Amino acid sequence: MRFWLNSREMDVEVHPMKRLLDVLREECGLTGTKEGCGEGECGACTVLVDDMLVCSCLVPFAHVEGARITTIEGLGGDHPLQKAFEEEGAAQCGMCTPGMIMTAEALGPDPSRDEIKRHLSGTLCRCTGYSAVYRAVEKAKKS
Amino acid sequence: MGVVGQNVPRKDSGPKVTGAARYVDDLSFPGMLHGRTVRSTTACGILHRVNCEFDATGFTVVDYRDIPGRNTITLIEEDQPCLVEEEIRHHGEAVLLLAHEDRERLLEAKVDLEYEEKAPLLDARESGKVFKTIHIMKGNVIEGFSDADIVIEGEYRTGHQEQLYIEPNGIIAVPENGGVTIIGSLQCPYYVHRALTVLLALPDDRVRVVAAECGGAFGGKEEYPSMIAGHAALLAVKADRPVKIVYDRQEDMVVTTKRHPAVIHHRTGVKRDGRITAMEIDVLMDAGAYVTLSPVVLSRGLLHASGPYRCDNVRIFGRSVMTNTPPNGAFRGFGAPQTQFAVEVHMDRIAEHLGMDPVHFREVNVLRPGDTTATGQVLGEDCSAHKALTEAVRRTGYHEKREAWKGTNRGIGLSLFFHGAGFTGSGEEMLASMACLKLTETGVQILVSSTEMGQGSRTALSQIVADALGISYEDVEMENPDTRIVPDSGPTVASRTCMVVGEILRQCAEKMKERLGELSPREYYRNYGPFAVTDSYANPAGITWDEYAYRGDAYATYAWACDVVEVEMDPDTYEVRPLNVTAVHDVGKVVNPRLAAGQIEGGTVQGIGFALGEKVVMEGGRMVNARLTDYAVPTTLDAPDIDAVLLETPFPHGPFGAKGLGEIPMDGPAPAVVNAIRHLGVDIRSVPTSPELILEAMFPPHPMFPMFPPHPG
Repeated sequence: MRFWLNSREMDVEVHPMKRLLDVLREECGLTGTKEGCGEGECGACTVLVDDMLVCSCLVPFAHVEGARITTIEGLGGDHPLQKAFEEEGAAQCGMCTPGMIMTAEALGPDPSRDEIKRHLSGTLCRCTGYSAVYRAVEKAKKS
Repeated sequence: MGVVGQNVPRKDSGPKVTGAARYVDDLSFPGMLHGRTVRSTTACGILHRVNCEFDATGFTVVDYRDIPGRNTITLIEEDQPCLVEEEIRHHGEAVLLLAHEDRERLLEAKVDLEYEEKAPLLDARESGKVFKTIHIMKGNVIEGFSDADIVIEGEYRTGHQEQLYIEPNGIIAVPENGGVTIIGSLQCPYYVHRALTVLLALPDDRVRVVAAECGGAFGGKEEYPSMIAGHAALLAVKADRPVKIVYDRQEDMVVTTKRHPAVIHHRTGVKRDGRITAMEIDVLMDAGAYVTLSPVVLSRGLLHASGPYRCDNVRIFGRSVMTNTPPNGAFRGFGAPQTQFAVEVHMDRIAEHLGMDPVHFREVNVLRPGDTTATGQVLGEDCSAHKALTEAVRRTGYHEKREAWKGTNRGIGLSLFFHGAGFTGSGEEMLASMACLKLTETGVQILVSSTEMGQGSRTALSQIVADALGISYEDVEMENPDTRIVPDSGPTVASRTCMVVGEILRQCAEKMKERLGELSPREYYRNYGPFAVTDSYANPAGITWDEYAYRGDAYATYAWACDVVEVEMDPDTYEVRPLNVTAVHDVGKVVNPRLAAGQIEGGTVQGIGFALGEKVVMEGGRMVNARLTDYAVPTTLDAPDIDAVLLETPFPHGPFGAKGLGEIPMDGPAPAVVNAIRHLGVDIRSVPTSPELILEAMFPPHPMFPMFPPHPG
């Protein structure tokens, strides 16, 4: 089955019901996408599928045929969000960080604090209490 | 200019923001099998038979008879088996281990357990099996109560709480050199090392424990990793192949440790002017099925039970008892959040009885330098509880808001609290932790067993070493904890890494500096080659502790803090929302303000969860809401805004004046929330609280019709 992963065309043959999360981690070797709960509650496995935010633990592989998928690895390393998360100490244990950054990536420029809170409400962080995450997102999204 | 006190970049964040950091589930080894744990489905009973109802081809199967050493998870006591032999003491207890290379086949394998079920003991108050009792006595409480004008009593309760690190527990065991190597998500490499040498009957050098990147722990990866490592190691040794066991969220929540539930009774004598004359405190903690860390959780709980208050006559009695539930264990705060919840809610109730302002009542009794604690410890100049209280009240306009919000659905409440840094009593002396500093081609390398679990140990320890040596922060690196390479610097717990391990490293750096003379580390290395300096911890002079009498210096020092919480109650649903928290913390010299704020902000939100949303529902000894859908940790929409304020009264024996700060933020939010609810006129005495509890407190059920409370409208 073909799809686009971080702008590269991929052809992967696995069971169509395998979770997208497992395909990314096990078949494609991209372990930046994390599993925190396996039930779509924590958001650690969030990736972009055709610019839409999804929990990859809830998506059967068959659903992404021909789709464009972006994971944390697809942001490179110098993305403004990645830099801001480093500078603000928004990554503590780092387990929610890839999902948090991917979620924030889908947010428009100059968001208000309330918009950030609503937008990030599907991604859990147990370390930061979210304050540093807000500071990082505000910094990165300042146009 | 030095780097201590500066917001230098974290040493570990680069790989974390790019997804390159390797956590245990991201690792794979050639020929690796997946492991699974077959568990009891009863809370109490005798195991009769294990029936494997699957085709055994390709499976590795392990039961207790495969254990080469002693069937126990070595910690304080050796009462907890690694695998059930006969007696089952809790739901989810490990009975049988399976491994297979195909995860689907592994999960499909059906195992039937036959037991004789017994009635489980689920109420701690009815438990006759006492794991530990502790008694603290100061002065004469009988005289204290006879001096009192009023005596006020109350019972306070706190529930289980799940650590809920985002990365579930996981371990990989690799058979190597006639022994086993463990790679895992863990806080205490040497705890796992010791447990495995006993379980596998292997000499020290045949067991190696390596820390993988750790995706959060909060105490939840202090003792439990020894259990998973034991399981993975037994499978790996029998299969002679690497074995990975990573729990899914539900398994993690059902079987791993939680915060001990507690029932705490206070009886306090006070004068009309507010002076406390006697305190009598009874603490009951539910340990669960095995001892694990319960004696020390109870100890820390009791040592904080009388709060940051001066009283000449104190009696504190505590016990930790067995129930047929999974063992409770370490969770940030370690007993102190339970007991300080009780004392701080009790203090507001006393103030209310006296008709006194809660701040003024605390000012009358607050511990100041030169005062003594319940164990008779004389507090030093760094005792700054009063300063924290004053600053928090000033910054928040506490009194103005308290007056202005009377009769509205807004409330404001505060809590004053403290937290001892490092192991209790003579614990640090007995640990005699070691740390090592090694000269390398590019600078120096830190060798300690303290793990990075997000708190920033790699960064803060590097800052301390850089300044102690007078070199740049970039020239300091930290070796990953690996028991083959690093010395035993003790567990990564008890708010001790920065203050205790940091101080040993500072001493190592002093010695290294002497030997370097005028040369930089690089110059010295080029001319003379590498060398290493190892040092161990000794308590500051003058610290004494009597473990038998529970008298003396319980901790080398304490951090002091005050939280003010503002809440709003929905008049229709009785839901209480915290609006903001002002958290004033004096943690001594702040090594890295951004990291310190991160600890306070994160710990405060965990404390808000403890107060309001995080309810573990137990039925028949089993957690029945073990999913993130049903166990509500604060999201961005629940977490209040937090103003983290750092005061810096230096501790002379900490590195550059630093104290521990990891746990203290957890102690204050719950009582401050409940005191804010009290400001709304609602008498709540337990957490987690809920709209149902508030409704019940406001409109007590009619005795004849308990099911139908009067309609509030």
